[in-house]
Amino acid sequence: MTESRTPEDDQLPQVNLETQMSESARTPQDEEEIVERSRTATVIREIMSGSAVMSVLAVVFALIIGGILIAATDARVQETAGYFFSRPGDMLSAIWNSVSGAYIALFQGSVYNFRRPGFANGIKPLLDTLTFATPLIVAGLGVALGFRAGLFNIGGRGQMLFGAAAAGWVAFSFDLPVGIHLILAIVAGIAAGAIWGGVAGYLKARTGAHEVITTIMLNYVAYFFVYWMLSTPGLLQAPGSNNPKTPAMKETAILPLIFGPSYSLHWGFIIAIAATIFVWWLLNRSSLGFQFKAVGFNPKAARVAGMNVNRMFTYVMLFSGGLVGLAGVFQVLGTVTTGFSAGIDAGIGFDAITVALLGRSRPWGVFAAGILFGAFKAGGFTMQATQQIPIDIVLVVQSIIVLLIAAPPLVRAIFRLPAPNLLEPAGSAKLQGKKAVVSK
Amino acid sequence: MSVTTPQASRIALDTTVVRSWKSPIALGLFAVISIVVFGIFGRPGVSHFRLSRASDFIQLPDVHLPTTQTGWVLSVVLVLLAAYSAWLVRQARKVPLWLVILYVVIILVAFLTWVSANALIPVPGLLIGAVSLSVPLIFGAMSGVISERSGVVNIAIEGQLLAGAFISAMVASATRQPVLGLIAAMVAGMLVSFVLAAFSIKYIVDQIIVGVVLNVLVAGLTSFLYSKLMVPNPELLNNPPRFDRIDIPILGQIPIIGPVLFNQTIIVYVMYVTVAAVAFALFKTRWGLRTRSVGEHPQAADTVGIKVNTMRFWNVSLAGAIAGFGGAYFTLGSVGEFTKEMTAGAGFIALAAVIFGRWDPIRAMLAGLLFGFATNLQSVLGIIGSPVPSQFMLMLPYVVTIFAVAGLVGQSKPPAADGKPYIKS
Repeated sequence: MTESRTPEDDQLPQVNLETQMSESARTPQDEEEIVERSRTATVIREIMSGSAVMSVLAVVFALIIGGILIAATDARVQETAGYFFSRPGDMLSAIWNSVSGAYIALFQGSVYNFRRPGFANGIKPLLDTLTFATPLIVAGLGVALGFRAGLFNIGGRGQMLFGAAAAGWVAFSFDLPVGIHLILAIVAGIAAGAIWGGVAGYLKARTGAHEVITTIMLNYVAYFFVYWMLSTPGLLQAPGSNNPKTPAMKETAILPLIFGPSYSLHWGFIIAIAATIFVWWLLNRSSLGFQFKAVGFNPKAARVAGMNVNRMFTYVMLFSGGLVGLAGVFQVLGTVTTGFSAGIDAGIGFDAITVALLGRSRPWGVFAAGILFGAFKAGGFTMQATQQIPIDIVLVVQSIIVLLIAAPPLVRAIFRLPAPNLLEPAGSAKLQGKKAVVSK
Repeated sequence: MSVTTPQASRIALDTTVVRSWKSPIALGLFAVISIVVFGIFGRPGVSHFRLSRASDFIQLPDVHLPTTQTGWVLSVVLVLLAAYSAWLVRQARKVPLWLVILYVVIILVAFLTWVSANALIPVPGLLIGAVSLSVPLIFGAMSGVISERSGVVNIAIEGQLLAGAFISAMVASATRQPVLGLIAAMVAGMLVSFVLAAFSIKYIVDQIIVGVVLNVLVAGLTSFLYSKLMVPNPELLNNPPRFDRIDIPILGQIPIIGPVLFNQTIIVYVMYVTVAAVAFALFKTRWGLRTRSVGEHPQAADTVGIKVNTMRFWNVSLAGAIAGFGGAYFTLGSVGEFTKEMTAGAGFIALAAVIFGRWDPIRAMLAGLLFGFATNLQSVLGIIGSPVPSQFMLMLPYVVTIFAVAGLVGQSKPPAADGKPYIKS
């Protein structure tokens, strides 16, 4: 993320402004002034104000806040704080113990556990991380695709539920040969998610209804609808049961495990990689993706250029919903294969928004962000089990990361970093006015 | 929709009348559905309604209505109302709000009669529960109205409610003073709003993103602190004293609506005042005019010397305080303790009420009441057994909101500058 600012770099509504500023500000006539400064200083400045450093710093800052919360709520820390002035060392060591214990547990639960014998056992947590990351990646890709076209898909929950319901229904009620059954279940899930997302896109295209409102409302409609199907005999409810839960998935429709039964990682991860490649191809190599991005940049210009903007809205939401629906498929065919209830989405629909934002809506960025949040999830469970720190802290850390990433000037202010705008000399009056606001 | 200019008077230059046939069509459609479901396919039997509780001052006898016949009568009334609205639109007049309210009430009565064939519906209990469920929705909706009228989308209502619920439980438990809990709840809602305002106004982050993330942040934070602090010390930190119900003399003795509206906690009375105050302030005061101008056309507002971003900042903070106050109702008014994510999507229903109420305080309140009623109705129907699955009743607020934003029933248009940051150039 240094010199070359391609159009892909600004895709989010909120980063747009920022990147556009620095992009438009770096006009050729500014070049002379820049050269006057030391070249290394410029390079350092570029790196420090770049988005990669910004992401890392946001993660670091969020972990610090998380650490403060963990320490402040720790019983031992509170106890020692009572006599802080007579023996400050006690409190400091208590703080150190609670925070380091928590983050060591987080690491051991998500990357590598040194306490387990041998590499084969020690590496298990990393594979757990990838398992948790699998639905996050595809759902994040779906949300990111929406962002690139200027649409905000908050309907992840509904799309996942429908995807899960459709895939689950195919998986437990049909008897089909191995392979075909799985493919059919996956396709059904993707289609159901796509339809549910497409509804919001179609409503936006036809009536101008804002997709944020419709997707939020469709989430609840989907939840209650799926809940109704789950509690109605003959639809999704397991026969002979009164619980709102489906029967177990049939063996032929379950995603196979990649490394055998001792590791949780299933083939969904491979599909997630393929999905990432597909979205990359769609956005950067296909004409449809070009139109998506054009609509995202400037719908009016896209319309003038002859694109059918309304049709693009529907298409984007179809693709976006399909990808999020795939996350629902992974949940029922990979993670929870013993039958699912209405909570199968596990908050992934909302996590996907944060994943897409952290990944800056670029396919591989989303992939990396998905793995990071998957690690938080996997490690969070270990932290809860071994250190009695509620997993909800992960939500706090995630949301702080996203808030900071959305507001680069704030990160710069916290870490006293140089603002990229300081580089260029006085531009046009209009630009300066805007710049003043951005660099505050 | 057709646009016509009245030919009658010659000086009608700027009185272009927009005739919208959507409301008569919608009213007519529901009247037809009512005839089909409640009349033609009406269920046989007698519907029973209990109108008074044993403790009420004036006792009303139970009402017994023959189900099918009542369905027919009410359906005919609905058809007449729809016809009247069509006549009004033909006369280029607006369909008044009272007509819509009356229509909705009648269709609800028709529905209740239909579902309660050969069963008893306790009307006071149904309505008291509905008001109780509506309180946080209405506070949240007021928060949304103020914030969005001044141009900042408030998706974070859920977070503000939850923060209010959490802090009020904690403060009220620790101090044994429910009033202090209320004040703390307002401060908590305001703090959430500060973040929303700071990020969306100062750092120009997309307001929807901030709102969504804030909801997650507050949910995570309150759940974490709940598990870490409240669960080990429930007596000290999660045992708030609840407000007592205050029976207003005379008003509280009116049959049916007396106990429903005038035998409530102080929070509910504050809600009446809040709704009235917001409605008055927004449309009759200088502050309201400025607020609306900042939300509709910030450039114009700036030109006449209104500080757009300052105005927005304080309005969003006020909105947060109101929502926080509403959140306190969960812990100090109804449940009596905090539980994880106890708002359970109320903030999003409040958002739906704002949109369904077309960004108008009174209509938003009515929408909140309707949604509260629908939610409570399904739990009452769950007891007596109903032909409609309860999930479909719960779906109702969301479905009608989708129809509302899609413009299928009336048109919901947000303030022109809603969600757009103002960058002075």
